[in-house]
Amino acid sequence: MKQLKQISIFSENKPGRLKKITKVLAEEGVNILAINIASSNGFGVIKFIVDKCELAYQKLKQKGFTVSLNEVLAIELVDRPGGLFEVATMLSEKKINIENAYVLILGSRKKAFLIVDVDDIEKAKKLLKHENLRFFKAHKNVKRETV
Amino acid sequence: MIWNKEAECMRIGEREKLQLARMKAILKRTYENVPYYKKRFDEIKFKPGEIKSLEDIRKLPFTTKTDLREGYPFGLFAVPRREIVEVHTSSGTTGKPTVSGYTKKDIEIWGEVVARALTMCGATKDDIIQNGYGYGLFTGGLGVHYGAQRIGATVIPISAGQTKRHLDIMQDFGSTILTCTPSYALYLTEAAEEAGINIKKLKLKAGCFGAEMWTDRMRDEIEKRFHLIALNIYGLTEIIGPGVAQECDQKNGLHIFEDHFYPEVVSPETLEPLPEGEKGELVLTTLTREGMPMIRFRTRDITALRREICKCGRTLVRMDRITGRTDDMLKIRGVLVFPYQIEKALLEIKGVEPHYQIIVTRPHHLDEIEVQVETSKKLFSDEVRHLEEVRKKIENRIENSIGLRVKVTLVEPKTLPRSEGKAKRVIDKRQL
Amino acid sequence: MFWQKDIETISRKALEALQLKRLKQTVRQAWTNVPFYRDYFSKLSIKPKDITSLKAMQKLPLTTREDLRLNYPFGMLAVTKEQVVRLHTSSGTTGKPKAIFFSKKDVDRAADLIARCLIMTGVKKDDVLQNMMTYGLFTGALVMHYGAEKVGVLVIPAGPGNTKRQIALMQDFKTTTLHLTPSYALYLASVMHNEGLDPKKDFFLRRAYLGSEPYSEETRNKIEKFFGIDVYNSYGLSEMNGPGVAFECMEKDGMHLWEDNFIMEIIDPETGDKLPEGEKGELVLTTLCREAMPILRYRTRDIAMIIPGKCKCGRTHRRISRIIGRSDDMIIIRGVNIFPQQIERVLMGIKAVAQNYQIVLEAYDQMTVRVEISKDLFDGRVEHLVNLQNEITEKLRSEILVKPKVELLEPGTLPVSEGKSTRVIDKRTL
Repeated sequence: MKQLKQISIFSENKPGRLKKITKVLAEEGVNILAINIASSNGFGVIKFIVDKCELAYQKLKQKGFTVSLNEVLAIELVDRPGGLFEVATMLSEKKINIENAYVLILGSRKKAFLIVDVDDIEKAKKLLKHENLRFFKAHKNVKRETV
Repeated sequence: MIWNKEAECMRIGEREKLQLARMKAILKRTYENVPYYKKRFDEIKFKPGEIKSLEDIRKLPFTTKTDLREGYPFGLFAVPRREIVEVHTSSGTTGKPTVSGYTKKDIEIWGEVVARALTMCGATKDDIIQNGYGYGLFTGGLGVHYGAQRIGATVIPISAGQTKRHLDIMQDFGSTILTCTPSYALYLTEAAEEAGINIKKLKLKAGCFGAEMWTDRMRDEIEKRFHLIALNIYGLTEIIGPGVAQECDQKNGLHIFEDHFYPEVVSPETLEPLPEGEKGELVLTTLTREGMPMIRFRTRDITALRREICKCGRTLVRMDRITGRTDDMLKIRGVLVFPYQIEKALLEIKGVEPHYQIIVTRPHHLDEIEVQVETSKKLFSDEVRHLEEVRKKIENRIENSIGLRVKVTLVEPKTLPRSEGKAKRVIDKRQL
Repeated sequence: MFWQKDIETISRKALEALQLKRLKQTVRQAWTNVPFYRDYFSKLSIKPKDITSLKAMQKLPLTTREDLRLNYPFGMLAVTKEQVVRLHTSSGTTGKPKAIFFSKKDVDRAADLIARCLIMTGVKKDDVLQNMMTYGLFTGALVMHYGAEKVGVLVIPAGPGNTKRQIALMQDFKTTTLHLTPSYALYLASVMHNEGLDPKKDFFLRRAYLGSEPYSEETRNKIEKFFGIDVYNSYGLSEMNGPGVAFECMEKDGMHLWEDNFIMEIIDPETGDKLPEGEKGELVLTTLCREAMPILRYRTRDIAMIIPGKCKCGRTHRRISRIIGRSDDMIIIRGVNIFPQQIERVLMGIKAVAQNYQIVLEAYDQMTVRVEISKDLFDGRVEHLVNLQNEITEKLRSEILVKPKVELLEPGTLPVSEGKSTRVIDKRTL
């Protein structure tokens, strides 16, 4: 299974930054599947899940952006009440701390994934290996589905 | 080394004569110049001439902080305002602050008594005194400054905080005497260790610590970490500032400079005078102050007086370390508790840092005490089981000491707030 | 009104003779007791006896703050450590500050100079001085305190900050005289204005001494108008005792520099050539009465000029103009001297930041340090960035003694700079 990577971009908190970043992605034919913006004390970090993450990372870097690529958990959410509660319970029992979380929705709204940023991704993957969770499978889904 | 042999080693009989003469003089001057006191003396039909012995002062009413607040700012001055050359205030957490006013002569007296105190710590004119008490309206900084000036020592007026500066200067200039609050002294040792400084190489030989309550155990801790002799200085803004009393190297009580400040100990409940050796509230009367004489001022500090001969050669009466204030005193489920008792119990246990905080709450109509204590790095990285043992041990020790069950929480080293001035040990969350 | 009338109105001829006598003593003392000066003299092949006139001063080397730094801690001391009664320090470009030593006589003299300044501006024994400078290692507050003690006024050792309390003290004690920085004076005015207080009606203020920071004539007028008082300009530097080196008299037309205690020269900061009266240049000062730490021809880095002509007040000590600028890159904020090098050093020690930074000064006392983060060390975590921001703030505060605001920037945002002009953006209108 190809790992799901998240692109994080450091940006000053001023108008026009998001425009500049998304322009690059658009020009390269990169599709954005999910986005999350966290800001604090005058700066912000914009996180993306895209379909061509290696390409996007290289291009953004070339253009002078301050970008990093890191692995995240992408846990499938069942579309009914209690769906998120189950996932949250699992993470809590394993004492996995959520640093940041947002949702990725695919295509016809049939599948939703909780993108979770954690402190220690390897530890988290180990802890969740045998649990009853479904994870995002990069190859298969991305080629066919779009937001 | 004694700064003023004549005054500090005077024969007791002679000193009592001196005290009586000064007492008569101050009462006369106060009666004639301070309308507030005249009114109170008239109310009990007292005339200054009626003082025939030192005990007669008991006929007079007490002065409290409330009286000072009511007299703010100039109501208690005994001289025309233009004679006052310096004022200090003490923090007013409730309502108006209180003022202490000094004439030129008062500043000289202040310098004199603090000089005695510093000399008791071993300071001479060849010493370098690093002053970490806050300078400004607080009396600590300038008080020690004046005393050090009088001795002719080198004074480095760093003031409170600025830890990096303190450490740099200690090393670069070879300071020999450190003056600051005991909690800050402890903090400096931590900062020094963190910075990799070899404390043994420092030239510090003595510390003159005060402005907050601290135990003998705390003293041992500071002496061990700082490699110096740590002595206690006592004072209060309303009387003069630091310099009312000082511990000598016998470490057996603080000598009160009673030729300037006449001490009494009374029961905080009944206000009746207590005999020597019994703990109660310290009451002070200034015998020489010009600007703002204080007659029978209730300090709220708990201590006992002792007149046994001290090996240091001084004949000045000694007071015990302050173990609490009458208003420090917590009433938990009807039992009187002093933070001091908790500190004492805590520091008897290994693996515990002298950093703690007492939190009092009343979650379900019953008082609860939680004592948060920092563990040492080593203990913290130990097995959970071991930590639990230590925690229970502390709980038992404290229960034995104060007669109440407390909850003890062990916290990581360096998580409790550090102070640069007086440490805030008790957080009372009850809405009393 | 004069504190020491004879010396303050001494004839120029007698004053210059006195200066020469004291200069000779100082040079001999420096040469005999301070190895730094002795070495310097022998390098230039000069001896104390070569100083036969005031003109001969030109032969003497200039002393810089770099010299003080290299001789830290005791290298500039001219007496034994036991004779030192006070140590003060002042910010240095690198981690260590400059050390200034005082003997008992030095402290007394410094107090006398302040007393001259107080009396010169109409202060009497029944005045009340609220000392709002920082007490401690800075000379600003304590030296004023010693001088005020001499005169016998009531001193309120308030220190800076806690504006509500400052205002209460002014009302309760009927303060007549303030000692504070111009930036704090402006801030105080704005707080009073917002509270609906009118110092002209509700207070007893008569005068204020503004120092530790340069400020304009407009600012002085603004403060005088709002408070209804006289504002007098005060000049000093820790290396020369602190405040009390030069002070305005009631004419408010330049600051009298006490020439019986200091010899002043104005030099071209590039060439070192002496400049005549009336021309702007760098102020160089030589101590004439200092025991513990005599300093010869000290480059203050302050740009000013000597005002030619006599002052109506009758004092014969010449006046210098307001400080017009600096010949180095030192900045002053909230009365504290800060060198960009100090900030640079702190930043260099933090891995996650790149080399590029900018200092922005605005309002009265706002300092923002803008830092570019390192591209390679960005790991996407907001929390880490916040921690970084806090770390930078705390380390800077510990070094420069003022707490700045810290802004994290993307690499490439700031112009690549060489000098102060792009590193420091001063938007203040003091």
